[in-house]
Amino acid sequence: MTADIQPIRTAAETALAEAFARFKQPLPAGEIARRDAAFAEFHKAGLPHRRVEEWKYTDLRAAMREAKPLAEPNSAAVVAMAKTAIAQFGSLGAARAVIVNGQYVQDLAQAADGVEITPLAAALTESSDLLASLGQSGAPASNTAVALNNAFASDGVLVRMSSRTKTTLHLALHQEGDHASYTRIVVAVDAGAEVELIETHTGSGAHQTNTMVEILVGEGARVAHYKLQDESRETLHLATLAAKLEGGVNFSSTALTKGANLARQQIFLTFAGEHSEAVLGGVSLAGARRHLDTTLFVDHAVPNCASRERYKTVLTDDARGVFQGKILVRRDAQKTDGQMKSDALLLSESAEMDLKPELEIYADDVVCAHGATAGAIDDELLFYLMARGIPRAEAETLMITAFAGEVFEGIENDAVRDIFVASAQNWLSNRG
Amino acid sequence: MPAVQETVERVRQIDVDQYKYGFVTDIETEKAPQGLSEEIVRFISARKEEPEWMLEWRLDAYRRWLTMREPTWAKVDYPKINYDELYYYAAPKNFVAPKSLDDVDPELLRTYEKLGIPLREQEMLAGVEGAGSRVAVDAVFDSVSVATTFKKELAAAGVIFMPISEAIREYPELVRKYLGSVVPVTDNFFATLNSAVFSDGSFVYVPKGVRCPMELSTYFRINERNTGQFERTLIIADEGSYVSYLEGCTAPQRDENQLHAAVVELIALDNAEIKYSTVQNWYPGDVEGKGGIYNFVTKRGDCRGRKAKISWTQVETGSAITWKYPSCILRGDESQGEFYSIAISNGRQQVDSGTKMIHLGKNTTSKIISKGIAAGKSENTYRGLVSAHRKATNARNFTNCDSLLIGDQCGAHTVPYIEAKTSTAIFEHEATTSKIAEDQLFYCQQRGLSEEEAIALIVNGFVKEVLQHLPMEFAVEAQKLISISLEGSVG
Amino acid sequence: MLEIKNLHASVEDNEILKGLDLVIKPGEVHAIMGPNGSGKSTLSYVLAGKEDYEVTEGSATLDGEDLFELEADERAAKGLFLAFQYPLEIPGVATMTFLKAALNAQRRARGEGELSTPEFMKQVREKADGLGISTEMLKRALNVGFSGGEKKRNEILQMALLEPKYCILDETDSGLDIDALKIVAEGVNALRAKDRGFLVITHYQRLLDHIVPDIVHVMSKGRIVRTGGPELAHELEAKGYADYVGAAA
Repeated sequence: MTADIQPIRTAAETALAEAFARFKQPLPAGEIARRDAAFAEFHKAGLPHRRVEEWKYTDLRAAMREAKPLAEPNSAAVVAMAKTAIAQFGSLGAARAVIVNGQYVQDLAQAADGVEITPLAAALTESSDLLASLGQSGAPASNTAVALNNAFASDGVLVRMSSRTKTTLHLALHQEGDHASYTRIVVAVDAGAEVELIETHTGSGAHQTNTMVEILVGEGARVAHYKLQDESRETLHLATLAAKLEGGVNFSSTALTKGANLARQQIFLTFAGEHSEAVLGGVSLAGARRHLDTTLFVDHAVPNCASRERYKTVLTDDARGVFQGKILVRRDAQKTDGQMKSDALLLSESAEMDLKPELEIYADDVVCAHGATAGAIDDELLFYLMARGIPRAEAETLMITAFAGEVFEGIENDAVRDIFVASAQNWLSNRG
Repeated sequence: MPAVQETVERVRQIDVDQYKYGFVTDIETEKAPQGLSEEIVRFISARKEEPEWMLEWRLDAYRRWLTMREPTWAKVDYPKINYDELYYYAAPKNFVAPKSLDDVDPELLRTYEKLGIPLREQEMLAGVEGAGSRVAVDAVFDSVSVATTFKKELAAAGVIFMPISEAIREYPELVRKYLGSVVPVTDNFFATLNSAVFSDGSFVYVPKGVRCPMELSTYFRINERNTGQFERTLIIADEGSYVSYLEGCTAPQRDENQLHAAVVELIALDNAEIKYSTVQNWYPGDVEGKGGIYNFVTKRGDCRGRKAKISWTQVETGSAITWKYPSCILRGDESQGEFYSIAISNGRQQVDSGTKMIHLGKNTTSKIISKGIAAGKSENTYRGLVSAHRKATNARNFTNCDSLLIGDQCGAHTVPYIEAKTSTAIFEHEATTSKIAEDQLFYCQQRGLSEEEAIALIVNGFVKEVLQHLPMEFAVEAQKLISISLEGSVG
Repeated sequence: MLEIKNLHASVEDNEILKGLDLVIKPGEVHAIMGPNGSGKSTLSYVLAGKEDYEVTEGSATLDGEDLFELEADERAAKGLFLAFQYPLEIPGVATMTFLKAALNAQRRARGEGELSTPEFMKQVREKADGLGISTEMLKRALNVGFSGGEKKRNEILQMALLEPKYCILDETDSGLDIDALKIVAEGVNALRAKDRGFLVITHYQRLLDHIVPDIVHVMSKGRIVRTGGPELAHELEAKGYADYVGAAA
């Protein structure tokens, strides 16, 4: 038998192929070739399912029964709704880029010194040199979410940040409607720059979103990245954060994830220069039958770098949490210090947590560790609080807040910390 | 880093001389024709004088095996095995099961003596102080059991300990009831292959309320060239009984790889306890990775009764490739599973080993302590699963896996899967990877220890928590084995 | 009045309390002494409402109200306080946050208004000073990294702040050196009042030199087997518990 085996395509896979065929038509020839290659990466294996190791606990094929149509161009009404939603964050930073339904909205943007923003759609039509920065962050092109973003993302922003005094960019992403949208953001941080990136995701409707954020961090730069994922509870949220760090960099990324019906946050972190430090952290909160997945890959490719990963998941009802975290220490990466910890608190009998912390180590002079726990609230502690007169629900809230608080403590931006804490409290009072 | 530099130098000098069990016994052998087919399965079954049901069971396994694929998920890399080039059965020529130890071929007795396994009961008694520490041995040579000691004394206590080929004939009801009940015929590629062609291994049945009066042990030896060994062990501990079982193994040095695909099934009923210890010392291959045993083993215990307990302890130092996950199914309420492991890899060895703790019953507990030591150019992976079923209320697991790297040409990996499907489960997992700290070494050396002694001391400290779970006789042996395995990597 | 009648209680089907009777009136300080395993700590947990303990017979009332009908927090709000033998560590919850949450929860439950932050701070400051508890300590996570003495002082601070009607001190002296013991005892003595009852559980007479009880009970095998004045504690110190081990069988 030499004939190729043609896998049976699901309805969603067929719809994606059809949507892609229509999507690529108006593109220039060179661009079509690039997109074709990306779509082929997706198409050869199709939507991943539980027998695909990296998607073992998040069966995308089962979760994605249909592929939603690509978003229409934004109407004035949609932009107005986005504007209102984003107003809740006030002025988080000097600069702001707003992306609604995967499309950059110039009218809502805010400029600042040291922040050059080029809309991706514009760069594509002009075949700008800036396009060369796409796909340089170390995210594997074969990954399903990455491949789909490579194939479909036609808007977003290409940003260059150069200020040596701390400059904050608010990346506000908003969705309205039952569509599919793909957004690509590339942030190049110059050597020695100091920046904060605050990514917020809000919206309403039952959409499918795929966002890919690439951060290229130059020598000696300091970058603090924050992500608030508060999308509608009906959405399918696929997100990729890929960061590549040159030497002497200080990088952090902290996330609060509470939106979406199914969310998969992937983080690919690559140490490309020595003496860099990275701190990754996140809190995921889910109830109902929602499913939140955080999957990390930390690649210590060079010596003398340190990474810290601290993740917390709180689940109630029939919710399911997934944490997969892999630290790879390559042969040359001596003196690596990698510590990963993931803890889950299960508030209801039928919640489920799957943890897969992983170490793959080829250098001997390293200190690496991971830890993982899953369990209910400690009865002894609960009794202690109740014996002091604190009612059960309040005592639980206090303990959950403390549990999640360990991640929030590290947030240096007061406004962001306040938003995260308030947003988490808001979830706790409804536990949805 | 002088220590590392020196280690690397030493690794280069690794020599197969360190494997002390690499000799070949010169004995005439009868083999099945090369390759695998229904005829071969029938041949093996006929040689074992098996009943019809057993042959059918094997044929069913064989047919299913033909439809299966070799697993690729483990972090091991080896050339494709050609299953048609292997011999699936080899036995000393004109072999008849010995009626007593006096009937055993002297050449075989000499072989086991050389291996340090005396089969003459008197010698055992003379060699060991105190009657409490006697060990009954079943010696398996290629595809047949050549001797079993202390049979009579065990029989007096009601304990059945015999080659499984004999048990199939003598206790067909027991074997039929339990064989394949823990590791189903179609469990995985290698287990299915084993089900089709297994040749020998041990059968143990400990009746209700009996505490087995001595340690039971099986010693496996592969001798013949190009021959696979497919051992099958079945241990049943009836209600309230206790048994401690030890397993050892060696093979000659040969340039080609040899396959060992074993299946071990343990069944512990209400309040029963099985302690299963392994010191695995198959030929690991030479420094360039030539030769050595492919050790693809399926070991699983079923805590079928309430308050049953199964404890696995393993010291893995041999084999070119180890693919092995002794597991516990914690089915009975309040049952307990334990896994204590030391896995040492050196030269070009590849180890992918760990355990599965499947919590099904209420108030079940499990504990995993794994110590991996990688040296030379070896790869050493811990892979484990801890899961709690929705109904496994109050399941508890504690896992600790630590890895130590010696030299910068090896790899140590940890791949745990933790699945909590009930909030009442409490799972704790911790893992670390490090090297021997320079200041620890310095401290020891400053107190007058050589570097070699210092490393041996530190490594012994590193694995101590596991060693103490081995029966005394084995612990001493294992400790020696550990320092031999690390020779050349350590200095 | 804290009134316990014929109390039987079990843990995992093992009966620990086997018909215990005890009445504590406001203003009284009672001590319960007894050998290890006599059920002293079980009594404190059963009264405070720990879940793993099952009351199989008997009653306990606080000023006429059935304690066993109430959750642990409701009992606390009614004025029952347990100073734990081993106070728990709660990472991430600042001691100050915890104190405020507890005080306000009790005030709410009693229909009193919550304290404003300045009022609350003032109260805590006053009471903490007397116990040698620094502001820095109050900012740290509850009991995390506290020494044995600091933990016990923190328990007394909570007692002082929450102003309970009945206080149970479970082996408060365990793990304390003599200086720490004095500070803790002074803290307790300062809270002695006409309208407040105490139950001091201890293995050793030592604590009772500093907190002098009105009535001393000897407990063995889940029951009170003897009752007397403070002199009983001295007698026990001299003769040990040998006479009582097996006495109640």
